[in-house]
Amino acid sequence: MTTETTSLPAERVAWTNGQFALAFVGVAVFLTILQYTGLLPGWLHRLPETIIPNFAGWLDALFNFVKDDLGLLALTRFLTEGLQWLLDASGNIFFGKRRWPFVGPIPWTALAAIAAIVGYYLGGWRLAVLGGGTMVWTALIGQWDIAMQTISVLAIAAPLAFVIGLSMGIAAWKYAWFDRAIKPILSVLQTLPFFTYLLPAVIFFKVGPTAGAVATTIYAIPPMILMTTLGLQKVSPEVVEAGKMSGCTKFQMLRHVYLPSARTEILVGVNQVIMLSLAMVVLTAFIGMPGLGAKLLAMMGSFKLGRSFEIGVTIVLLAVMLDRMSKAWVVKQPEHFEKGTVFWQRHKMLLIGIAAFVAFTLISLVVPFFAEVGRGQDFSQGKELDNLIKAFLNIEWVKATTGFLRAFLNVQVLIPFRNFLLSIPTPAFILLVAAFALALAGRKQAILALIFFSLVALSGWWDRAVITLYSVISAVTLAALIGLPIGIIAARSKKWATRVLLICDTAQTFPSFVYLIPAIMLFGITDIAVIFSILIFAMVPLTRYTIEGLRTVPEEMTEAADMSGATRMQKLWNVQLPLALPTMAVGFNQAIMFAFFMVIIAAFIGTQDLGQELQRTLAGTDLGKNFVLGICVSLMALTFDLTIMKWAADKKRALGLP
Amino acid sequence: MTIDAPVISCKNVWKIFGADPAGFLNSMDPDMSFDDIRAAGYIAGVKDVSIDVHKGEMLVIMGLSGSGKSTLVRCFSRLHDITGGTITVEGQDIMSLPEKELIELRRSKMGMVFQSFGLLPHRTVLENVAFPLEMRGQDKHTRRERALEVVKLVGLEGREDYFPRELSGGQQQRVGIARSLAIEPDIWFLDEPFSALDPLIRKEMQDEFLRLQQMLNKTIVFITHDFDEALRLADRIAIMKDGAVEQCDTPDQIVLHPATEYVRKFTEDIDKARVVHAGVLADAGATGEGDPVDAGATVHDMARLLVNDSRSMIPVQRDATLIGAMPRKAALDILLGAEA
Repeated sequence: MTTETTSLPAERVAWTNGQFALAFVGVAVFLTILQYTGLLPGWLHRLPETIIPNFAGWLDALFNFVKDDLGLLALTRFLTEGLQWLLDASGNIFFGKRRWPFVGPIPWTALAAIAAIVGYYLGGWRLAVLGGGTMVWTALIGQWDIAMQTISVLAIAAPLAFVIGLSMGIAAWKYAWFDRAIKPILSVLQTLPFFTYLLPAVIFFKVGPTAGAVATTIYAIPPMILMTTLGLQKVSPEVVEAGKMSGCTKFQMLRHVYLPSARTEILVGVNQVIMLSLAMVVLTAFIGMPGLGAKLLAMMGSFKLGRSFEIGVTIVLLAVMLDRMSKAWVVKQPEHFEKGTVFWQRHKMLLIGIAAFVAFTLISLVVPFFAEVGRGQDFSQGKELDNLIKAFLNIEWVKATTGFLRAFLNVQVLIPFRNFLLSIPTPAFILLVAAFALALAGRKQAILALIFFSLVALSGWWDRAVITLYSVISAVTLAALIGLPIGIIAARSKKWATRVLLICDTAQTFPSFVYLIPAIMLFGITDIAVIFSILIFAMVPLTRYTIEGLRTVPEEMTEAADMSGATRMQKLWNVQLPLALPTMAVGFNQAIMFAFFMVIIAAFIGTQDLGQELQRTLAGTDLGKNFVLGICVSLMALTFDLTIMKWAADKKRALGLP
Repeated sequence: MTIDAPVISCKNVWKIFGADPAGFLNSMDPDMSFDDIRAAGYIAGVKDVSIDVHKGEMLVIMGLSGSGKSTLVRCFSRLHDITGGTITVEGQDIMSLPEKELIELRRSKMGMVFQSFGLLPHRTVLENVAFPLEMRGQDKHTRRERALEVVKLVGLEGREDYFPRELSGGQQQRVGIARSLAIEPDIWFLDEPFSALDPLIRKEMQDEFLRLQQMLNKTIVFITHDFDEALRLADRIAIMKDGAVEQCDTPDQIVLHPATEYVRKFTEDIDKARVVHAGVLADAGATGEGDPVDAGATVHDMARLLVNDSRSMIPVQRDATLIGAMPRKAALDILLGAEA
């Protein structure tokens, strides 16, 4: 550029991000109008088939090379043997699989006693009742065997994920290059739809429990890595120096100083590993893993709502039990014993546990009911519940309401919205997303959004991607319409805030699969059921973060607003909401991530999006296509994640919030 | 070993934080000020410090936060690697020590107490105290015995099985002190050990600390930002500012003859009469008459005598031998706060 032409430098170069975004939107609107007037050439509306690169084919070639030529398959088949052995052993212990060590199955009464005693040790009577009660319920309802099939895989996958996650977390903390290398992989892994984990697991590790365990383990590793790194980084420098001054070697530092001091974060990681493992192990039903998930899938498939409901309750109880116990373990601090406490008193709980275990095992030898609840002995009310639910749905006003919702939402809102999204030309759509990223976050995010969505367009699955996005956007919008007011109202009083937060916390521990149950119950196998299941799943983080954001507004600010004579509404709009917005944005982001996750699972109900295609790939060995689809979902989710999180971080910094 | 060989000796020590500290130190102009260095993108944690610590001496390093005092003491124990200069501990250049010998040095010679205690939360009092012993591989029995002994020394008997979380701040610091003493170190570093405590507890802990020091007679480097604390405890005080030592001398000399404007500001509000001793005022060549005063008495201790007496020169004795005489007027000036 020459000096003459830069006489008005400010106007020439300083286009703000907002102006750029506006220009993008303008071009997009123009293209869309052209499309509606029929003037837009077809190749601008959708990319012509001929220029779509054969990503799937290339990936397949790559996979085949790694699998066969590099011998990965031989390695994984070898690992499968070891894993199979572990799973057989735990299968024997939990549900009496005829394999080494031939001791199982443990009588249900003995396990229930152990659960109650562990619960008592960790959190007093409440957890004892929860632990024991869950086991008793599972046995009496006649789901003991399938529940133990699930648990037996969990008992292998979760510790495996813990060990791998911990080691990788330590490595990432120790070596910056390793950290840099895995960070992007982790964020992709966390947005990758779970179907994408399943197929490689099947191909490399045989159908059934082994593949299920592998997929579960891989799925649960990322948070363990992150929590370990976080915990190790947070160890106070003085504790570290105290260790060094005590003459620790490097290994002693890690073993005696760092790891114990990071106990809290590591245990939070354990909690997340357990919860993710449970959620995933249920979902592995899609690749033929027997257990609670498979049963639920079968029951929902044949529309047996009563039994589905009972299994759902079992899964939820197990989830809540595991969550509460592992969280109680996080906060449980060591207590000292007074001097001279005798041995049996120091180890009271351990001794009681062993005694109860032995006692119930012995009793169950005499009384078979205590060992196993036989067929016909259980208290399952599946049929009766089924009739009850169906009768309820047949009540005139219920039918009218669901029918109206179905008709109104579908015809008036959802279908027009979907058709509109599909009518937008691909380049216009990409420009709109880029404009969104540019306006909220910045140029880097906008460029990434451009690249990510262009890749989605090039994948050749554009229409299905748009339908996926449509489900996500409509469900999250509806969830916001319901969840935000609930959060705002609940945040008004401390009592209600804690109550609703507790509900949200509990709901968040439910494996995503169970959210399908009420959706199918109310709306059957329809589009609305898909939206509804995503909606309730996504509402949880929205409500939760709204409450958290509003409740953590510094008190002196609300007091200042009160003293300035603000009404409740004025205070809410002018003080509380602006300050809570960054936190609420985090919730919004999580809602979108949850929605992307759920929309894929909802393929089970019957959708026309990427999830449906993904589910189809599970039947074959089409790894390339599976990955292309999975990465499409991941790229879309990442675009939102990067943009919203950047916005929230910027906003927080601007407001001076921690 | 000769009597006056310093235990710790540092010569022209530099500690610079930044992207390439060594390269920067080599190329920089030695007269650059702290602010110049910061403008260049580096922080001078320790700036050209030369200081010796002698056997059995208590050196107090005093300075405001960010003055580099904590950094300096971490250089002594090589928790920080220095950028330039040399530090020798009992004649060994610690920067040249391989990792193994450094660990050995810390295991046998050094103890350190931290401002926020630095206790391991998952270990009981006894296990925390025994930690350095465990690290050097002592067997369970002896380390328990030794730990019990130190726990008793700091007055925490009966709380051996408590966890740090169950103790008050003062008690936690007692654990920190006990841990640092467990290996019977020759050199004892204390990094603002009492700053996190309430004023009343702080006074109590200072007394306790003086009691311990009288029993143990260690070589001590004590860090504080509290000038009163420094005056109370120190044999010598080093006052730091912007990474450099402004003055290093006995409390009396610092109060009487502040080397720089910065030091003078510090001493301004100090009641000099409580700091200055007769021994410092005594003129060795002069003689006086009448009853002598003790060299260790502060001007404040002698106040009544100074006001009532009429002698112009008062003899001063140390350990029952006369060491000279002090002019009464000089002492009175200090007592009355007149500018000398």
